[in-house]
Amino acid sequence: MIEFRRVTKQFPDGTVAVEDVDIVMPPHKTTVLVGSSGSGKTTLLRMINRMVDPTGGQVLIDGMDVATQDPVQLRRGIGYVMQNSGLLPHRKVIDNVATVPLLRGVGKREAYAHALELLDTVGLDRSLADRYPSQLSGGQQQRVGVARGLAVDPNILLMDEPFGAVDPIVRAELQQELLRLQGELGKTVVFVTHDIDEAFLLGDQVVIMQQGGKISQAASPAEILAHPADDFVADFVGADRGKRALHVTEVDGRNVVVDADGRPAGVLTS
Amino acid sequence: MNWLWSNLDLVGELMLVHLALSVPAIILSFVISVPIGWLAHRYRWSRGVLLSLCGLLYAIPSLALFVALPPITGLSLRSPLNLVIALTLYGIAVIVRTSADAFDSVEPDIRQSATAVGYSAVGRFWGVELPLAGPVLLSGVRVVIVSTVSLATVGAVIGVPSLGSLFTDGFQRGIQAEIVTGIVATIVLALALDWASVLIGRLLLPWSRPSASARRLSVARVERVDAA
Repeated sequence: MIEFRRVTKQFPDGTVAVEDVDIVMPPHKTTVLVGSSGSGKTTLLRMINRMVDPTGGQVLIDGMDVATQDPVQLRRGIGYVMQNSGLLPHRKVIDNVATVPLLRGVGKREAYAHALELLDTVGLDRSLADRYPSQLSGGQQQRVGVARGLAVDPNILLMDEPFGAVDPIVRAELQQELLRLQGELGKTVVFVTHDIDEAFLLGDQVVIMQQGGKISQAASPAEILAHPADDFVADFVGADRGKRALHVTEVDGRNVVVDADGRPAGVLTS
Repeated sequence: MNWLWSNLDLVGELMLVHLALSVPAIILSFVISVPIGWLAHRYRWSRGVLLSLCGLLYAIPSLALFVALPPITGLSLRSPLNLVIALTLYGIAVIVRTSADAFDSVEPDIRQSATAVGYSAVGRFWGVELPLAGPVLLSGVRVVIVSTVSLATVGAVIGVPSLGSLFTDGFQRGIQAEIVTGIVATIVLALALDWASVLIGRLLLPWSRPSASARRLSVARVERVDAA
């Protein structure tokens, strides 16, 4: 479990990135931080592995304040996946996946064997192991990034807009892949995105952030749609317009669901 | 050409001597410039001072430096070591800015990602920053190689033998073939070392060169994407 207690981050130049944030991120669930740029969502994520230290409050992992832990050791125990994969361009795929186990002193043979298994896990062919990242497609690179994040079998997986730079078709594929993986592995995932659709698709808990690093609402997607906390949230999720404002019309005795523009979205089956 | 045939031994020997002067200077200036360049990259405020100071070294006339060094180092004017030190200083002047640029060229995203997965500061320098700075560092080394090999000839004027001795001797004795030989031999040596450095770069930085096999792979990739 990850817990933020009254966490504030003010940068030296005076900008407040995160203000007085309290959140609990339940174990084995996916928490998605969503908001536009400048809402402090990435800052919040980076406080978990001490890439950023808060100027006020505490971040706790399973009750332990991360500030009391050595940052390097802490990071080696937490999976991290970032936009543009963040792979080391001078190391082969297999070395990239094995990076953190090797840093932790696992033997080479064991680390490589496990890295090959991880390529299977994320749906990559083992023949890619000897390529350099630049020889892979964007989607493949991102899968390697996920494999690297899983390499030490961490309890926590931090994902910073991991699918932001790939095209929509590949993104949809990667999202489904992540749902499948999460179903199998049950990690505590913290996922940052600015895409509300992605947030609703992946999140067990969705945290909506607004400018200045404040939380507008943290709840399940259904609750947020049913009871948006304020106008900002209602507007952000588009609850009253477009494809989310669904209503039912009867066509030849069946209940057809249509969106705000009258386009059919599906049929009510019960 | 007659002069060359009857003096092949001498030219070969001077080439070796020339190598023994240049190679240590090239390696030393590289080894010293890397940490200076890293400091200039890491601490912005130091950049202007460090780079300007090192760059200024190049403004010192070479003969003046050769003569000024012995009282400081306690070496004799004609000691080859004296020349190596001078060449190293010039080498630093040439490469230090490139060295700073080399570390600047490492993408911040990559550095961040290395930190995020748990590289320590030292591990990140050796495992990530230095190798990724490699291609730009190599381009700097190539300039140092050519400039050092050429500058080493000046040592002949103060009596440190090198291929430059062929110029001074040929000039004094009016043997044109000797002068030409000296020039050509210097250029050949510089080219050979340059070529060697590129070769070493390919071995150490295999990822930086889009090879024929990489191009084949990218074609295969397009086909796979189409199939998928």
